[in-house]
Amino acid sequence: MPTATSQPESPAAADRSAQGYVKSLRGKESGIDYPIEPRTICDTDFGPVEVTYDYAAMKGKVTRASIEAGPRSLWRYRDLLPISGEPRAGLRSGFTPLVRADRLAQHLGCKELYIKDDSANYPSFSYKDRVVSVAVTKAFEFGFDCVGCASTGNLAHSVAAHAAAAGMEAVVMVPHDLEAGKMAAMRVFGPRVVRIEGNYDDVNRLCSQIADKYNWAIVNVNLRPFYTEGAKTHGFEIAEQMGWRLPQHTVSPVAGGTILPKIYKAYKEFIELGLVEDNGAKMYGAQAQGCNPIVTALEEDAELFRPQKPDTIAKSIAIGNPADGYYVLKDIRESGGGGASATDDEIVAAMKLLAETEGIFTEPAGGTTLACAIKLIENGTIPKDESICVCITGNGLKTIEALDGQFDEAAAIPAKMKDFSALIDG
Amino acid sequence: MPDTINVEIPAALRPQVNDQEAVAVEGATVGDLLNTMKADYPEFGAKLFNDAGELNRFVNIYVNDEDIRFLDNLDTAVTSADQVAVVPAIAGG
Repeated sequence: MPTATSQPESPAAADRSAQGYVKSLRGKESGIDYPIEPRTICDTDFGPVEVTYDYAAMKGKVTRASIEAGPRSLWRYRDLLPISGEPRAGLRSGFTPLVRADRLAQHLGCKELYIKDDSANYPSFSYKDRVVSVAVTKAFEFGFDCVGCASTGNLAHSVAAHAAAAGMEAVVMVPHDLEAGKMAAMRVFGPRVVRIEGNYDDVNRLCSQIADKYNWAIVNVNLRPFYTEGAKTHGFEIAEQMGWRLPQHTVSPVAGGTILPKIYKAYKEFIELGLVEDNGAKMYGAQAQGCNPIVTALEEDAELFRPQKPDTIAKSIAIGNPADGYYVLKDIRESGGGGASATDDEIVAAMKLLAETEGIFTEPAGGTTLACAIKLIENGTIPKDESICVCITGNGLKTIEALDGQFDEAAAIPAKMKDFSALIDG
Repeated sequence: MPDTINVEIPAALRPQVNDQEAVAVEGATVGDLLNTMKADYPEFGAKLFNDAGELNRFVNIYVNDEDIRFLDNLDTAVTSADQVAVVPAIAGG
């Protein structure tokens, strides 16, 4: 009987070698293979590197049954994740609810609408717990004792929490104007917090320079190829929780450009392994109007995006120079999907709509994703009679400033029945 | 006479410039600097520009911590007082 602290193990474990099914790190553009090591970019073309797997060896071993028998966490997909030993972080992360959103669907006139709700992710209430679980495990495997990141808030929160639980040092670098809720939520774990005067793109640029100088495991720099693989679990869960099938339309937020291509990769991996049918699933990118380099490039039919200076309440996705933006554009186009952007008012309205119809309180990034999904449904890009999944990636309790001025002050009354009746009955 | 400017080189690219952390180059614009570097270090140049002569899309160039795409791209004017850095594009969030 597993205990709360036991290490998860799937039935495919007996067939897994020490390195699992991982083959190499491969330059996404160059195709050059590198060993499994901390690596930021491909030496040949400075492009990203990505983990490759031996799918042929997985066939018949990594099955629906083997996955279903795994732990109720993202580690049920460990055969498709780049770790070689046992998981060292995130034993309770992932496997968040997939909500069949019938009340919201009715409001929008849709037939089959799902919310993948990472606002309920553990322990830091955003999708980042997925990527950090993998990154911190790899940091252990590589022998690092300090993990760091550049972050708009959610990543720093997750790194701080996972590092604390794993007994590692953490250094997180964030824009100086981070929301108070996110700042307190990360500081409680005791990381070294460095506030940097500038926007996220400034923080990230500095972070990549810092990574050159300090021997830290910077999760989005030298552990980036491993870290990003964790984002696939968001897509794996959607497919499994829909009953081993893919939504025809998936709407994902786009910030640095990690999650959308990784959800798409997850869908492709499940198709490759015969775990789901290929139904031509389409991917859609959602951005705030005040930071929409990818949607602009889609609208202009441009191969490359132009960076922007963000100006939006959706701070967690306020990345004007998305490093993986090229791949977001590529995957959206390959899938036959599209994109939309939402104003700050539309973002707040969508946050309230999701709360009022489904009881889910998301941050402005989630409001952006839903607002864009609504636009895509209303303009006919996404057909109302097909299956739709909206990816909610963060929790509204961390960004309550976004709702400033939205509600009248609730009346305070004396603790007397007559005053209550007067208030309610008028 | 154009100014001499130290262009900061990230660790991943240093092997192509004799392991220097910064390369001193003369030029009046960012384009001048990079083209001179391309001539001085052909291996580095081959990676910095594609066959069409465009800057590699996975590399960002900063002048005084500002991305040159917000300035005048390769025509951005520089003097010895400016700080110029080559930085690979890195994702995050």
